[in-house]
Amino acid sequence: MATQPATMADTIDDRRSRADVRARTPYHWPDADGHFGPYGGLFVPETLMQPLTELREAYERYLSDPQFQAELDADLQDYVGRPSPIYLAARWSRELGGARIFLKREDLNHTGAHKINNTVGQALLARRMGKTRIIAETGAGQHGVASATVAARLGLECVVYMGEVDVARQEANVYRMRLLGARVVPVKSGSRTLKDALNEAMRDWVTNIDNTFYIIGTVAGPHPYPAMVRDFQSVIGREARAQMLARTGRLPDALVACVGGGSNAIGLFYPFIEDAEVAMYGIEAAGDGLATGRHAAPLNAGRPGVLHGNRTYLMEDSNGQIIETHSVSAGLDYPGVGPEHAWLKDTGRACYDAITDDEALAAFHSLTLTEGIIPALESSHALAYAAKLAPTMRREQSILVNLSGRGDKDMHTVAKHEGLIL
Amino acid sequence: MSRIAARFESLRARARTALIPFVTAGDPDPATTVPLMHAMVAAGADLIELGVPFSDPIADGPVIQRATERALANGIALSDVIAMVRAFRATDAQTPVVLMGYLNPIEVMGYAQFAAQAAAAGVDGALVVDVPPEEGHDLVGALRAQGLDLVYLLAPTSTEQRIRRIGAAASGFVYYVSVKGVTGAGHLDLAGVAERLGVIKSLIPLPVGVGFGIKDAATAAQVAHLADAVIVGSAIVSRIEDLAATPQRIPAVIGDFLSGLRAAMDGADRG
Repeated sequence: MATQPATMADTIDDRRSRADVRARTPYHWPDADGHFGPYGGLFVPETLMQPLTELREAYERYLSDPQFQAELDADLQDYVGRPSPIYLAARWSRELGGARIFLKREDLNHTGAHKINNTVGQALLARRMGKTRIIAETGAGQHGVASATVAARLGLECVVYMGEVDVARQEANVYRMRLLGARVVPVKSGSRTLKDALNEAMRDWVTNIDNTFYIIGTVAGPHPYPAMVRDFQSVIGREARAQMLARTGRLPDALVACVGGGSNAIGLFYPFIEDAEVAMYGIEAAGDGLATGRHAAPLNAGRPGVLHGNRTYLMEDSNGQIIETHSVSAGLDYPGVGPEHAWLKDTGRACYDAITDDEALAAFHSLTLTEGIIPALESSHALAYAAKLAPTMRREQSILVNLSGRGDKDMHTVAKHEGLIL
Repeated sequence: MSRIAARFESLRARARTALIPFVTAGDPDPATTVPLMHAMVAAGADLIELGVPFSDPIADGPVIQRATERALANGIALSDVIAMVRAFRATDAQTPVVLMGYLNPIEVMGYAQFAAQAAAAGVDGALVVDVPPEEGHDLVGALRAQGLDLVYLLAPTSTEQRIRRIGAAASGFVYYVSVKGVTGAGHLDLAGVAERLGVIKSLIPLPVGVGFGIKDAATAAQVAHLADAVIVGSAIVSRIEDLAATPQRIPAVIGDFLSGLRAAMDGADRG
């Protein structure tokens, strides 16, 4: 570099302008080194560099291997239950007024959420790479369940790391993982939530690198994970794009998805990125409200930094320590976000807003009562935003919401908010 | 010549293997760190690695994780660690000090700011665990501009191609992580370390330190036969943890422990 940046802001701006010079049309991020503009990359200890290179090479090889793709497609159809339908939430839309709201029914997948799309793919990769042991981190437990599920099916040993706080608030999923033969390890360090589970999974991986495949559940982590998980989740957007065209004769005017790490959102957005007329809204968890500081909304209220192998927006204090997050939804309770979302925010291609716990809970009840669909609390954030957006739009317009998971796992949490103990 | 390079040169002339202790700055309290650094030098430390606490230390085992949590509970920030080095330098102008930690606190301070402040305080280099050479370009530039070394890790998984690349990017010394695992992990496979060090030394000219898994004097002496530096972290930090309630005893107890390591290593050097 010719000049040394004086501040963090300069550093990021400088990297951004360099990235703009290499701007890609059509869109094909990340670059060869795993960067999305200034974000992403490979910020890991040396021990993991060669294993990550091997993973990237294996992934690139199987990406273009027709046999691997055929096996993946068959699993997605017969085991996951794809394609998932789109559903016009007619009664809810009428009640809200304005645009019609369609739901992409990822809640109908095997294991109840979009997470299985990715674990099916990574487990196939693990088997091709000769790995016999799978590890995963989990927040709400959905990714842990999805990992334990594919491990059981392929006869692989499975260890799931889960923050002690999340173990307590997602007991049912912990039990499901144990039924599936996985060992669930409660993580007692740091804030004892998803970020600490990720730390512990990284430590396990570095120790057991020879036989272990780490299935990261979101579009974060070091390259190639953000791109690989996005590619496995993109089946959501590919299906939805074709389904909307078939159903309505045109593309939706807006996409809405919740963003924790951001895998269901990027899975929906990615196949629409070059459809400039389709607005994209990623919805973070505002917790008690952005102004309270008790939230999990790095894109709305954080700043760029480096955590868990990539550069992205983070929730951190003025000394660069990662701070505790808060959301009623365990799956959104993460202080970072996938680096591609950071890039889509900076380039303006997607908008990122936030929904509070109370707003998400209201949408949870509203959809349940008007449509007979109980959504996950994570997905309820996207629904709450769609409920605000729809009345500002015209009747002939449409919104497609990613209903990323079902709410069965959240019964205890919702009941507790109503003062009930189940 | 940097203070680190000068130190390794003089050690080589005396056929002495460097002893490099690691402690987390501000553990168990901020007042202990500088007296502890002086006590370690008096006991035979040739270079000090000072840990900068970070909330998410993915390369560290439970012992250093807990030290990090104690330091963070004391509110220790990167700027405090730099101030400790400044205080240490008031009476020790010779012993090199390397800051060891993770990138994010440096990102927040800004690379150029960090390099300028660290150099002014008498820091000699940085080892940033989550920055491989692939991501180190801007940081190396900022550190070099202030005459600071960037120390890189090598691992059992590093290929020859990577060893060459890291050798070209590193300065001061390189740190060979002797086990696949986190700090304080398992036990070290001496034959495996000897084999890897042979490869590393044939490919890069810098001094090579060995760390992760050196817990006692016997292991330190065995590694001293093979490496240019023996790096000991968790074994020290766990003793600090045991004495957290009586921090005034820490410099003497750690000094005694290091003297034992030093004596065993010197026996090995002579042998």
